[in-house]
Amino acid sequence: MLRCKGRRSKVPGGRRRLLPASAALLLAGCGGPQSALVTAGREAEAVAGLFWIMLGGAVFIWVLVIGTAVYAAYIHPDPHRDRVARWFLLGGGVALPVAVLTALLVYGLLLMGSLRSEGEGLRLAVTGEQWWWRVSYSPEGGGDVVHSANEIRLPAGRRAELLLDSPDVIHSFWIPPLGGKMDMIPGRTTRLVLEPAEPGSYRGACAEYCGASHALMAFSVEVMEPAAFDAWLAREAEPAAAPTEAAARRGAELFHDVGCGACHAIRGTPAAGVIGPDLTHLASRATLAAGTLPMTRDALARWITDPQAVKPGARMPPFRALGKTRIADLAAFLAELQ
Amino acid sequence: MTRIEHPAPPRDPAEVAAEAERLEKVWESPKGWRYWSDVNNSEVGLWYTLTAFGFLLFGGVLALLMRTQLAVPENDFVSAEFYDQLFTLHGSVMMFLFAVPILEAVAILLLPEILASRDLPFPRLSAFGYWCFLIGGIFVCGSLFFDAAPTGGWFMYPPLSTDERSAGIGVDIWLLGLSFIEVASIAAAVELIIGVLKCRPPGMRINLMPLYAWYILVVGAMILFAFPPLIAGDLLLEMERAFDWPFFDPARGGDPLLWQHLFWVFGHPEVYIIFLPAIAVVAMIVPTFAQRPIYGYTWIVLAAVGTGFLSFGLWVHHMYATGLPSISLGFFSAASEAVAIPTGVQIFAFIATMLLGRVIFSVPMLFVTGALAIFVAGGLTGVMVALVPFDWQAHDSYFIVAHLHYTLLGGMLFPMFAALYYYFPFVTSRELSRRPGVIAFWLLFTGFNVAFLPMHLTGLLGMPRRVFTYPEGLGWDGLNMVSTVGAFVFALGVAVVVVDMLRPRGRQPYCTRNPWNAGTLEWLTEVPGKPWGVRSVPEIDSRYPLWDQKDFVRHVDEGRFFLASAKEGKRETMVTTAIDAEPIQCLRVPGPSFIPMVAAIFIGGSFIFATFAWYWMAVASGLLGVAAILAWLWVGTAEIPEKAEKAVGLGLTLPLYASGPAGVGWWAMFITLLGDATAFAGLVFGYFFFWTIHDDFPPALVQADLVQAEVGLGVAWPAAGVALAVAGWALTVLARWGNRRGAIYAARLVLVAAAAISAAATAALLYAPYAAGLEPTAHAYPATVWILAIWVALHLAVGVIAQLYCLARSLAGRMTAAHDIDMVNTALYWHFMAITAAVHFAVVALFPLAQ
Repeated sequence: MLRCKGRRSKVPGGRRRLLPASAALLLAGCGGPQSALVTAGREAEAVAGLFWIMLGGAVFIWVLVIGTAVYAAYIHPDPHRDRVARWFLLGGGVALPVAVLTALLVYGLLLMGSLRSEGEGLRLAVTGEQWWWRVSYSPEGGGDVVHSANEIRLPAGRRAELLLDSPDVIHSFWIPPLGGKMDMIPGRTTRLVLEPAEPGSYRGACAEYCGASHALMAFSVEVMEPAAFDAWLAREAEPAAAPTEAAARRGAELFHDVGCGACHAIRGTPAAGVIGPDLTHLASRATLAAGTLPMTRDALARWITDPQAVKPGARMPPFRALGKTRIADLAAFLAELQ
Repeated sequence: MTRIEHPAPPRDPAEVAAEAERLEKVWESPKGWRYWSDVNNSEVGLWYTLTAFGFLLFGGVLALLMRTQLAVPENDFVSAEFYDQLFTLHGSVMMFLFAVPILEAVAILLLPEILASRDLPFPRLSAFGYWCFLIGGIFVCGSLFFDAAPTGGWFMYPPLSTDERSAGIGVDIWLLGLSFIEVASIAAAVELIIGVLKCRPPGMRINLMPLYAWYILVVGAMILFAFPPLIAGDLLLEMERAFDWPFFDPARGGDPLLWQHLFWVFGHPEVYIIFLPAIAVVAMIVPTFAQRPIYGYTWIVLAAVGTGFLSFGLWVHHMYATGLPSISLGFFSAASEAVAIPTGVQIFAFIATMLLGRVIFSVPMLFVTGALAIFVAGGLTGVMVALVPFDWQAHDSYFIVAHLHYTLLGGMLFPMFAALYYYFPFVTSRELSRRPGVIAFWLLFTGFNVAFLPMHLTGLLGMPRRVFTYPEGLGWDGLNMVSTVGAFVFALGVAVVVVDMLRPRGRQPYCTRNPWNAGTLEWLTEVPGKPWGVRSVPEIDSRYPLWDQKDFVRHVDEGRFFLASAKEGKRETMVTTAIDAEPIQCLRVPGPSFIPMVAAIFIGGSFIFATFAWYWMAVASGLLGVAAILAWLWVGTAEIPEKAEKAVGLGLTLPLYASGPAGVGWWAMFITLLGDATAFAGLVFGYFFFWTIHDDFPPALVQADLVQAEVGLGVAWPAAGVALAVAGWALTVLARWGNRRGAIYAARLVLVAAAAISAAATAALLYAPYAAGLEPTAHAYPATVWILAIWVALHLAVGVIAQLYCLARSLAGRMTAAHDIDMVNTALYWHFMAITAAVHFAVVALFPLAQ
């Protein structure tokens, strides 16, 4: 665990830098799509660096202090002279911490000032709701706002500013590999700045306890090459593709007959609900139900049948009454919303 | 400087024995079921400690259930809802029902003995506090068995805690049950502060005070200023929940962040409130086993006081991720780093003491070393999270779970285990076994580190707090399993301690007196223990009298010091001056009574009924509680003694009655009112907080609804209210003056007038927002104005009761010109009321005009 510092290469399936086997193993111990130690963004990298320095210092101080205590208590030295005690108390207990803490504080404040400062770039509005994420992109230099949900895509190497809020309870937006968290507080709008460095797939989650399914409020994060990102955003702005498969066509009709459009929007169709997540390009996302299920037909069917079984307290009503076949049709329709 | 002659002339053994017998009879606990009416600190302290320990075990079981759930990913051992109840109760129980109460419990048990005092100054108040704690604790914990436990987390953030869909009755149980216990905590703090300041043995000047007393003094003061803001917050949150007053609802001008400020201005000092009394025990243990006085006494005292002050300037470090301006974050970051310095000084002074002495191996010392190892690690991660950028990552992750458990278990639980092994012989006259002690230590130490060390990494790998489950494949699986195993090893350690504590020791011989050869006064305790606290109250001229003062124990035992007997059959203790400990009064403390228990049951009833929204029952129970308290005051306080003064020994004669600052009652009133004023300040803070977040405050939307053209509340009625309140105050002061000068009848008439005018003041203050047409559910502004008016009006109403009480005491002959404690304390209460009413007027009526 001593050397898991360093930037992350593409995860998963990206090219890994050549590393000695042991270091790779240690790296694996600190890694994972939600790790704050193997980083892929400017803020996270600076903070991880700070952490390793602080950890080194902390271990050193701990060994010194506790070593002295154990020496005094269990090695039974002859009683020391007062002068030793005075140096120990004033040097170790006062002078040293004042110096170390002052240096640390100055560094910390300078770092805080440099992160999250005002600037240009892509803007995202992210709203945390029980228990999913409403996301809209305002491209740099104007253009229409693009609505999405439960997934954050960002261009690598560019600065993005996120405006965060919540209509219900306090949530907290956190993508550890990219940077620290920021609370989403009803009645306020908070800001977060992210500068992803490495393309790859990561995971973010809600960090503030927000009710029964707080544990199931995550999202996938895709950091893309800028050109790929621009292409994706253009595609995301388009209306949904018409269903092709027969089951999907039946599902599309059902979607409207059952009234799913009261809560969900699918651009290009009459469904324009704003209560639940926008489903226009649902199937292009990596996960379903805010990072809870994989994006498969089975999972879609399972979710529609009984959302509360997957996610306690979920606001979407269960549609078990539709029966297996019709739910399969709905799932087929949704699975085509690339 | 001691008045004892050396060598002391022999005393008649028969006389000494007769004295001892009388003393024992006076201080004995009642027998049979009446035992529960006892109020002596050694009994109440013991019940209190055991009850708090019981809550520790309960909270620990909750933790084991949680660790079982988290052992493997996507586990379904418990439901999400139940898991939320578990972590909410675990945090709340450990903080409110274990950590704070046990420090007060141990202080109630130890402080009088450490100060060679017979009892605390208000024994019935300790008993009342205990019964409140027991009732409130059972109520809060019991909710779990009805699936009604709170689910909002121990910081109970709104709007989650006001959300009808997710917050059930559990939140009300939490708010009202714990507020009730907080009141009891403040009562104990008042008592402990006065215990330290006024009940020291003669000669124990403030710089000779054992460090434990210093720490308790600092902690008492911290409780006094930290708990009231939370009570104010609880009041606001419960008003929103019960009556829809929108203090935290942004749609109607409220703000969820107000709660976070009020909560953490309590919550951070709380951490040090827990830590300091535990480290205080370490400050008693280390010198004993180093067999030398503590090194750096003055440094430690300054550091403890400094920690106390700084701890009130750190609360925003729990709110780094709420988007506050950088300048505030910078300030609080600096303060959070700075608090590490006084904390470090204390630790270094303990280690320096160990270096200067030759440390004797013992189980308490083993726990002390373990505590240092864990606490220092927690302190170092604390330095890390005090830095804003790092906290943005660590906040609300398992890194924080690890950090807080390192600080709290290292800073509090391990020292308390050290205290358990150290003071067990003090309480039971028998030692705990050494081998099981060592085994328990290693189980606890290993289990703790196996459970919590990996959590630092789990958190940095992105695992948030308070999740009932987690998906596999994020690198958290193995770490969580290790933590769970560690938790169970830790639990095994606790089990070993409990078994050793509870196993029958009837045949185990008594330990020797002062088994550790300690130097402080509590080790005067006899083997087996006697109920009187100390055989005779000694005169002190050293920090370690048992080590330094010649023939000390023998002189105490032979009753050569003060109050060696109880000739009048009353429980008596010494009151001394706050700085120099010059004896100034022989205080008669009350004996056993069921009244405190009855009062606690009724007051508790009013909180519990309110939880279920049975408001008439709550009011009835509350009134019965007030009646019980009045009865308690009537028969048990400010009694006129049969003679003015008595000889207490060594040629000293002390008065038996003291009113004003010389007496303990005046101090209790003064200190309580400081706490009360702090709660009021919390509400006023809320008012100005809303002013800072709104462009127009009072807001236009309220003004539009007004019948009158005035802005907000208007001035006329509040002005009438404050004028009447000030008149009530002036008349009360006049009554005190007249009574003392012997104009008894005039004083009674003035009291009648004072009560009438004060009652009118109450009515006028309540009528003001009503007359202005302020609708409390419409917006945070009218709600805040109403809550301030209600607060002040309720306090004035209590003032009216106090005025009428004085009148009744005067009529009954229980208050005279020379014996005017009741009148003096009532006047003191009214000094605060006059200030409160004036501040209220300035805030709600004048401030809006100034804009």
